Amino acid sequence: MNNFEYVRATAIPDALKAVARQTGSRFLAGGTTMVDLMKCGVELPSALIDITRLPGLDTIEAGPTSVRIGALSRMSDVADHPTIRKEFPVLSESLWRGASAQLRNMATIGGNLMQRTRCSYFREPGVYGACNKRDPGSGCAALEGINRGHAVLGTSPSCIATNPGDFAVALVAFDATVHVENGKAQRRIPIDDFFLLPGDTPDLEHPLSSDELIVAVEVPTSSALRRSHYLKVRDRESYEFAAASAAVGLELEADGRTIRDVRIALGGIATRPWRARTAEEALVGRTFDEPTVRGASRLAIEGAVDHGENRFKIDLAPRVVARALLTVGGIT
Amino acid sequence: MAVPNSESLKSNGTYLGRRIARSDGVAKVTGRADYALEHDLAGTVHAVIVESTVPSGRIGNIDLAAARTMPGVLRILTHADALPLKSCPMVPAGSVMESFLPLQDDRIRYNGQPIALVVADSFDHATEAAGRVRIDYKTELAVADIDDPTATLIDVPGAPSSGLARGDAKGALAAAAVRMDVVYTTPREYSCPMEPLGAIAAWGNDGGLTVWMPSQWAEGARRAFSDWFAIPMNKVRVVSPFVGGGFGVKVTAHADSLLAAMAAREMRRPVKLALSRPQNFTGNGLRPAIRQKLTLGASEDGKLQVLIHENTSETSVDDDYVEGGAATARVMYAVPNLSSTQKLVRVSSFTPSWKRAPGEAIGAYALESAMDELAYKLKLDPIELRLRNYASQDPESAKPWSSRRLREAYEAGARAFGWERRSPEPRSMRDGRELIGWGMAGGAFPNVHTPGEARVTIAADGSIEVASSGADIGGGTYTILAQTAADALGVPFEQVRVRLGDTSLPRAPVAGVSQIANLLTGAVDKTARAAREELLTLASSHAGSPFKAKRVNDFTIKDGKIAPTDGSAEAVMISELMRMVGRDRIEVTRNTMPAEKASSEAEQRDAYDSFKYMGPPSSTHATYAWCAQFVEVRVDEDYGTVRVRRMVGAFDCGRLYNPKLAESQWKGGMIMGMGEALLEAIHIDRRYARITNNNLADYVVPVNADVPDIEVISVGEPDFHASALGGKTVGEIGVVGAAAAIANAVFHATGKRVRDLPITMEKLM
Repeated sequence: MNNFEYVRATAIPDALKAVARQTGSRFLAGGTTMVDLMKCGVELPSALIDITRLPGLDTIEAGPTSVRIGALSRMSDVADHPTIRKEFPVLSESLWRGASAQLRNMATIGGNLMQRTRCSYFREPGVYGACNKRDPGSGCAALEGINRGHAVLGTSPSCIATNPGDFAVALVAFDATVHVENGKAQRRIPIDDFFLLPGDTPDLEHPLSSDELIVAVEVPTSSALRRSHYLKVRDRESYEFAAASAAVGLELEADGRTIRDVRIALGGIATRPWRARTAEEALVGRTFDEPTVRGASRLAIEGAVDHGENRFKIDLAPRVVARALLTVGGIT
Repeated sequence: MAVPNSESLKSNGTYLGRRIARSDGVAKVTGRADYALEHDLAGTVHAVIVESTVPSGRIGNIDLAAARTMPGVLRILTHADALPLKSCPMVPAGSVMESFLPLQDDRIRYNGQPIALVVADSFDHATEAAGRVRIDYKTELAVADIDDPTATLIDVPGAPSSGLARGDAKGALAAAAVRMDVVYTTPREYSCPMEPLGAIAAWGNDGGLTVWMPSQWAEGARRAFSDWFAIPMNKVRVVSPFVGGGFGVKVTAHADSLLAAMAAREMRRPVKLALSRPQNFTGNGLRPAIRQKLTLGASEDGKLQVLIHENTSETSVDDDYVEGGAATARVMYAVPNLSSTQKLVRVSSFTPSWKRAPGEAIGAYALESAMDELAYKLKLDPIELRLRNYASQDPESAKPWSSRRLREAYEAGARAFGWERRSPEPRSMRDGRELIGWGMAGGAFPNVHTPGEARVTIAADGSIEVASSGADIGGGTYTILAQTAADALGVPFEQVRVRLGDTSLPRAPVAGVSQIANLLTGAVDKTARAAREELLTLASSHAGSPFKAKRVNDFTIKDGKIAPTDGSAEAVMISELMRMVGRDRIEVTRNTMPAEKASSEAEQRDAYDSFKYMGPPSSTHATYAWCAQFVEVRVDEDYGTVRVRRMVGAFDCGRLYNPKLAESQWKGGMIMGMGEALLEAIHIDRRYARITNNNLADYVVPVNADVPDIEVISVGEPDFHASALGGKTVGEIGVVGAAAAIANAVFHATGKRVRDLPITMEKLM
């Protein structure tokens, strides 16, 4: 771990000023990703601007039209928020199934969106020279390496690293917006624009400029959000990243069987949280039954490319989507 | 250490055999247990290892310029200037498990090998500087793993399970009515002790070395340091009162503690060296990847005629490590014709080593899976097939078993599990979208014995101290030795204080091969009885004693009070008698060396500092612990994920000194078997011959959510051929058979026989 300056900010303008003062500064919130990556030698910040004391950023407002979650809210506080648990299950479930109790008690929602990939080749810079995400132009050691956990969707010849998020998958499914500010202005970034595909620039993961701070995440409420679910499949029952996961929501017509609205996003299989709009479109207006759901779920994986060990994800992901939908639709 | 748990203890009973909570438990959960790396020594500096990032070749130029200018850096050692070391013989003759000595030459043997050591004023400074050491390599071709196309097979004549044969395997196979051959593969595995490796080392002005390190064998580590640095044994002290999980990793000292001692000598001040978790994956030997071919021949009615076990396992460039998988096959069934052969594949790795139940865990996986396959082939219940081949004596030596309640284990386990409700056809049991599978397997683990030494001290206040350098690796040595001494002396359990894991105490052999409980209870019992005799000699003959003219045998000690058994005089507290006879202590040291060897210091050294005295406890009987394990799995039809929903294990481990502790060992072993069956595998990137999942997020072991209620049953009875106090081996048998029972349950659930562990979802989808 390199030597770095530590600054504790007490107001948002101070934090933004501090982060702009020198290049290579990073915000520090729960630290569960940042400190980990510093130990790996992946993050080498010149300064850490501790934002955990900033006032007013840890509020959770679960209103009738939207759920607004302050960026400094802890994962566990959001997961355990009574209204969120009861009314918007996918938001709670996707958080409960991430990390471990200790990590959830530390990690913040803003930091959760910024967490980086578990790719082994990304995480050992002293050993693996080739990583375009870490060192643009150096290559990708994962393409022909150990890649059972790597992405099958959204990949490029430059990078196949999986986005490890769970909560972000729910946000993508339900059209959240990310609120950021830079001291002069605030802007709202639609979640679909927040996670970038690797393309030729896998080092660029978000559209944030270096002087911008995430202050909140907002999720519009909907009937589908009220009837939602997060399903995470992995080798062990807890404390592991997804082999494949799905955040889904469902709204039926008054007849109780025709699909009016459906939301599907996948995790653990793509370079970003992956919205499956084609599958959604195939389901709207159709009768909710198992064959229909299974058929449409296969569309969620269209365009998938494997790299050997991760081929099973192409079979697994549609099944996870289908089972998540069947669960939320009451077919168990 | 103090013994706090006195709830529900009566002082009028026998402590051995009772369910007493661990006496070190409170200290551990409140952070008061002094683990090696928490030892606080003034003036300590910190060392961090720089590891090779290539698997094979030579070290070229080492550029230290950048690292040397980093803040806090005090010294950087490389092979160019490190202290030359002498070698220590490997076990069984000596006390190390790998011949490799760090920083002695420019040769790279494996990816992750220590090639430089940075010493700085803080761990962080040392770590940062370590990252700035620039090394040029002259790389050579590496062999990444057992399946590497460039790997070649080598024979290991003289290996423990090489060329063993009975009967005529070839002929019997040709004549067998039913034949089957199958290959089972298991990956490299890491033991994952919670406490990582590391050490604090300090040299005294007298040239003496003290090392605080987690060790399953403090005496063995002492021998290693003595040999490596060419200093007398009595100049080395190894301190290891607590071990945060060993599982084989901490049986012998490795490069981490050696480098700490080397740096401390160089720096003339204490040095602390703590391996990071990734470094732990290459800081000790892992279980090697293994390929086992089993060939079975049987009669139509399921009588085994022949068993051929062909084992191939990985070893390192330097050493011949043999993970002999045939040990279970040789004793489990009455099979007249048997052969086992062993081959090795040299790979560019650290020398492989023991992981809990080495040989047996993986051997039983293959054997008990093959028996399950044979049972299906013959349309026999798996238990019935095993009963038809029940060995009524040791088929290897033709000696009688000292005890073998395996039949009782099958019965008790099957009853508790509800085995008779099993529908035998694969895929015939389900619950919604989950296939249900029930499987079973058996297991064996040999009893071994090595002599041990103990000291028992009766203090003026009547309290007892028991002392031994033997380890408590989490199994409960502290507790059972207090129980043993309390019983032998007739004092309350709470009055006994046990000190362990320090070579300044009486000597003990390794806490490995599940032997420490039996050998140390034996040594402590013998010593405590000698102390009792000395106390009662004073009671019967000392002028100050109130009990004149009594013989030693006429006394009873109960609740710490001495009285004539015939009730002819009032009882006297031990402390009172000590005062009356003018003694402030009675101190007795005894060992359990064979009488003819006990006087020779050289023999004693062999007993405690090597494996030379390790052997079967009985010359007339074959002594093993036995088990039968039963498992229910649920397999999701969509995902192929396997979840264990029930486990039942029935064990014949002889007399249990403390059932609560024994049950914990069994359950822990069964959970470890679950990891082997379903989750654990070292991933090696062949291009780099390097472990890519060198952390506990990516090397997955079972977590609490994976572990169901586990029922364990003891069917054992005291076995005095196995040990002085009637216990058999407990610590590792829980692992043996667990993976096979799970794999067999997966077949029953799915109809798919996965012969390559771990059984992950893609193999079942």
